[in-house]
Amino acid sequence: MSGRIKPVTAVAIIFFLVSAVAPLFVSSWATLFALILAKGIVVLGIILLLQAGQVSFGHAMFFATGAYTAAFWGKYVGGGDIVLFIALGGITSAVFGLIVGLFVVRYREIFFGMLNLAFSMVLWSLLEKMFHYTNGADGIRVPRPALLGLSFTPETFQYVILYVSLLAAVVAFYGVQRYLESPLGHMLRAIKSNETRLEYLGTSARRVLLIGYMISAFLGGIGGALVAIIQQIATPEFGFWTKSGEFVFIAILGGSAHAFGAFAGAAMFECVRFYAAAHLADTWQLILGVVLIVIILYAPNGLIGLRQRYGQAKQGGH
Amino acid sequence: MASVLLSAKGIKIRFGGVVAADGIDLDVLEGENLAIIGPNGAGKTTFLNISTGYLRPQAGSISFLGQEITAQLPRTITKLGIARAFQIPQLFLDQTVMENMLIAAASRLGSPSGFTALSALPELPEMERLLDLVGVKSYASRKARELPEGQRKLVDIALALALKPRLLLMDEPTSGVASAEKLEIMDILTSALAKEKVTSVFVEHDMDMVERYAHRVAVWNVGKIQKVGTPAEVLADPKVREQVIGI
Repeated sequence: MSGRIKPVTAVAIIFFLVSAVAPLFVSSWATLFALILAKGIVVLGIILLLQAGQVSFGHAMFFATGAYTAAFWGKYVGGGDIVLFIALGGITSAVFGLIVGLFVVRYREIFFGMLNLAFSMVLWSLLEKMFHYTNGADGIRVPRPALLGLSFTPETFQYVILYVSLLAAVVAFYGVQRYLESPLGHMLRAIKSNETRLEYLGTSARRVLLIGYMISAFLGGIGGALVAIIQQIATPEFGFWTKSGEFVFIAILGGSAHAFGAFAGAAMFECVRFYAAAHLADTWQLILGVVLIVIILYAPNGLIGLRQRYGQAKQGGH
Repeated sequence: MASVLLSAKGIKIRFGGVVAADGIDLDVLEGENLAIIGPNGAGKTTFLNISTGYLRPQAGSISFLGQEITAQLPRTITKLGIARAFQIPQLFLDQTVMENMLIAAASRLGSPSGFTALSALPELPEMERLLDLVGVKSYASRKARELPEGQRKLVDIALALALKPRLLLMDEPTSGVASAEKLEIMDILTSALAKEKVTSVFVEHDMDMVERYAHRVAVWNVGKIQKVGTPAEVLADPKVREQVIGI
């Protein structure tokens, strides 16, 4: 490969820079961008699984696991630190991902998707029904944690969590990029195109998918812990199937061909929600629905596929 | 005398009313190219499927280098040194030819990395050499999907060679290839096998190919081995000529 920076990497760098700088001018953007980055991390996990041709309709279970890890710590241990929450959220989710993964990696396509959905609905029910521990549908408040022992005022904290999210997003983005280019990542993609051949090369496709699934769960947990800190609450809704649908939606919106699709999709999704909700109250879902229809019809490879499409059209014109 | 690499004893399998293997006994000797011929439905591919663990025989056993491999998983058998090339090439179509090869190399090495790039594997020059050996090096950076059928077949075989097998099982290596190219491909292939010191078993329909490239021939008929011998012996047998070759 040449040392030249690919256009999509350049756009990713610009995006991360904008997320760092723009909220300094408009303070309401701090939380907006933090949410975009945190959700982008979760969607990276969806994009990983899409490389293997698998769609999880239950990924919100890992998002909820990360969020509730932070919430339970606050409720039962008290205090807490952003770094601790993120690390614990990621690890708990990865372990949960290993357990669920042992079952789901035996299945493919619709069965994989539905089994994930089933597991996520079990978790959702537990969070909803075990009122004594989880406060049921009200959820658990997540008090503002410290960062490496430092406490912050709410005004400063929104920037602190923004930059922590940004750092986590950049690391996750870089890590996923490296993973997708690595032998394991290529084997994950090989599951989509020819699982039989992979087995005949001496590699267990299930094992490859399980590793991908755990990484995907880990990312979901980190994103969940971040969103719980940003919104200062964890509710069962974090693990509801509509949440899983939202992550898949964002992945399709952004495009799964590149890790940056996760952030492009999350930015589009959260911006539409942020502004449409302000101006159109209850009909913002309608706007998103129309956006998705347009994407599927005119840009099936998502937002990051647009450039390629446009580039080809231009080439053809010359 | 050459040592026995693969040994099948009393292999039996039936699918409903169809008997695909009815007491198959066969030894594959180290260093030979053994051709399997026989009419359609005689159980030739079934034998390859059993030898590679894709199917479990209902009776009989199969051993490789003295080790029992009956009903092991394909990936376990692959690790022991039996590679397979398919009648319909089985490639990772969305990846480049070189990426296909490197995935095979990473598989052989085991415990693949999740962080260092696939293209940074030290096996790259070796994979280039193998692609060159089967004559498809110029396609290395093309997506497997873009290759014509004949070339895909060669990449499929190169993938198997990338595993550094002791034994290569090939299901009709020249089917789907234009007859003008068949000889060329088989020439490339047999010289590559000799160079890599790989023993091979190949299912073949074309008697010219068998005559030219096989050291020994096993004739399959309705799940049984009808005759084993040198190509000259087998092709001279009137029963084989009548029932298998059709002349």
